[in-house]
Amino acid sequence: MAKITLDNLAHSYLSHPRGPQDYALKKTTHVWDDGEAYALLGSSGCGKTTLLNIISGLLIPSQGRILFNETDVTDAPTAERNIAQVFQFPVVYDTMSVRDNLAFPLRNRGASTSYIEGRVQEIAKLIGLENELGRKARGLTADVKQKISLGRGLVREDVNAILFDEPLTVIDPQMKWELRTQLKTLHNELGHTMIYVTHDQTEALSFADKVVVMSEGQVVQIGTPEELFEAPAHTFVGFFIGSPGMNLLEARLDGTKAIIGDTEIGLPAHFDDPVGKVQIGVRPEYTKLASSGGLPVKILRVEDVGRHKIVRTEYFGNIINVIAGESAEIGADMTQVVFDPARVNVYVDNWRVQGGAQ
Amino acid sequence: MTLVLENVSSRPGGRVLIQPIDLTLENGTMNVLLGPTGSGKTELMRLMAGLDTPRSGRILWHGDDVTGKRVQDRGVAMVYQQFINYPSMTVYDNIASPMRLLGQSSSEVDAAVREAAEMMRLSDMLDRKPLELSGGQQQRCALARALVKNAGLVLLDEPLANLDYKLREELRVEIPRIFEESGSIFVYATTEPEEALLLGGNTATLWEGRVTQFGPTPEVYRRPVDATTAKVFSDPPMNFLPMTKEADKMYFGDGQVSDAQGTLAGLDDGEYLAGFRANHVALEQHTETAMKYTSRLVVTEITGSETFIHLECCGQHWFGLINGVHDLTLGEKISVWLDIRHIYVFTEDGKLVAPAAYAMAA
Repeated sequence: MAKITLDNLAHSYLSHPRGPQDYALKKTTHVWDDGEAYALLGSSGCGKTTLLNIISGLLIPSQGRILFNETDVTDAPTAERNIAQVFQFPVVYDTMSVRDNLAFPLRNRGASTSYIEGRVQEIAKLIGLENELGRKARGLTADVKQKISLGRGLVREDVNAILFDEPLTVIDPQMKWELRTQLKTLHNELGHTMIYVTHDQTEALSFADKVVVMSEGQVVQIGTPEELFEAPAHTFVGFFIGSPGMNLLEARLDGTKAIIGDTEIGLPAHFDDPVGKVQIGVRPEYTKLASSGGLPVKILRVEDVGRHKIVRTEYFGNIINVIAGESAEIGADMTQVVFDPARVNVYVDNWRVQGGAQ
Repeated sequence: MTLVLENVSSRPGGRVLIQPIDLTLENGTMNVLLGPTGSGKTELMRLMAGLDTPRSGRILWHGDDVTGKRVQDRGVAMVYQQFINYPSMTVYDNIASPMRLLGQSSSEVDAAVREAAEMMRLSDMLDRKPLELSGGQQQRCALARALVKNAGLVLLDEPLANLDYKLREELRVEIPRIFEESGSIFVYATTEPEEALLLGGNTATLWEGRVTQFGPTPEVYRRPVDATTAKVFSDPPMNFLPMTKEADKMYFGDGQVSDAQGTLAGLDDGEYLAGFRANHVALEQHTETAMKYTSRLVVTEITGSETFIHLECCGQHWFGLINGVHDLTLGEKISVWLDIRHIYVFTEDGKLVAPAAYAMAA
């Protein structure tokens, strides 16, 4: 297992990049701790796959170095990096049994028969396939095949890291729960350094100790799910994390208040009036409907999502989403939105600013 | 305008065998087909479209029998999971292509293309090629091509499955709006309960080639007719535990007891299966009548807004979905509470005998 250092890493697919816009991965320096689970989260084209390919050795970066512990592996081929990978689609040998599929990476490395037997048994139990070991992989459903792929990724104890590239894409929602649980249990029990690439925030947040949010080739924030939810460093993170994302409204600051139109909104701290575009950001989870004391809005629609309701409202062309309880009554007089002052974030030119003492 | 399926079943040899189905889709309705992969959603759509001929039964369109009619001769449009556009044509020509095939005049085509593009927010992109668009825009182009024909029946087969999470979120809000503007019958296949709920309209739940229930979406969600429907329409999966009714008492799992009140009072004595959803599991005693369960915490997943907890309790695997962030120690025993009002009662073979009391009030 290894600590992974990204040292001034950058990559352009062009041979003569002219500016930052030509870089799929802009200059990045980070140290990722040994034994932690990281998720790289962003939409397509954000650079997450480029970064993963640099880590796995499929791509040599145009600039910078990558280190596993203290060893520079920037130019090392994939085979020498001692990593395991799990891809979007199951990679399984159909003609082999489940047992032989799981044993394959160990046999390749010349492990002893008795070790292989014990280890395969152990992994099969973790992925819930201990009774299927004798079966041929052919004819198994996509989710069982993907379980085998996961198991094969995890079977070697000596890998530096395990990389996952959108591993649950082909899996039905309800099976995702089972596979995610297994992955999480495996991480808790085996303690490998894991890197998981996805565009799906639920997968990223629920899997990772730390989520690396990427946009336009840049790492915008690295944080725990709680940090990304409560205090997004950038409006993009506010928008991208959460479903629906954070409500963002342009405002004027006045000490411990933000002012929108005629409405004063309480802030958690004191803010000096800054230079630049000022916005406040509040999660729909911390936004309520009320009959008075808030921002007057028009209710566009109420969506019943089962466990809660999403109320879509509009304030002078700005959409403000409110999350209300499953059995909440939305009365006709509930035409104002109220924010929880403790949960209001302030952004200047899209970056979060910290307030001072009141 | 209606689409009626009378006792329609599919021929053997397909991937999933559709069991005889009766279904009436009214004009101007959104109809979701919800079920896991392999439950027959695509097969059912192919029957509706006329791409497959049923083994039994009839398909009526505005009252006319169209069972053997070719797909080209029906007013049907279909959108697939993979965005299908002509890569060498502009967005404009892509959208125009179905109308040109029908031999309409260029002024008619132009008006319809611009209207469909406006609805799909593609007006500024008509001169571009599909591959110069984002995934969401490419799928909107495919949707525009489906809508431009003004087909009475629009079939969408997991149209958002290949899109990024955030784009999916955006189009899920847009599709009901587009549907309302079009006035057609929409049929929308998905594997995701949350997507069905966001789309609203009606939902047909599918399981192994069978429609288990069809009705207004929130009603199917809160009043599933059987345990299979409840499972198909729960994400996280529905939790279960055995229950015994004896006189005016009900005994759950580990010996928790509750009075049999309301709809539960009339139940025959005997063995049942109790079901409840993950979001109704509580970490504190939230009501006086809540029952306490001691469970083992297997895994927690924190998303920032919510904490998913995976529990072992009463010999079952349970999921809990709790608001906010909770730091809990794995492997420890924790207490969870469950209110009788949130419990659905099924017979041992899965037929609903009493819906959850809260759902009756909702």
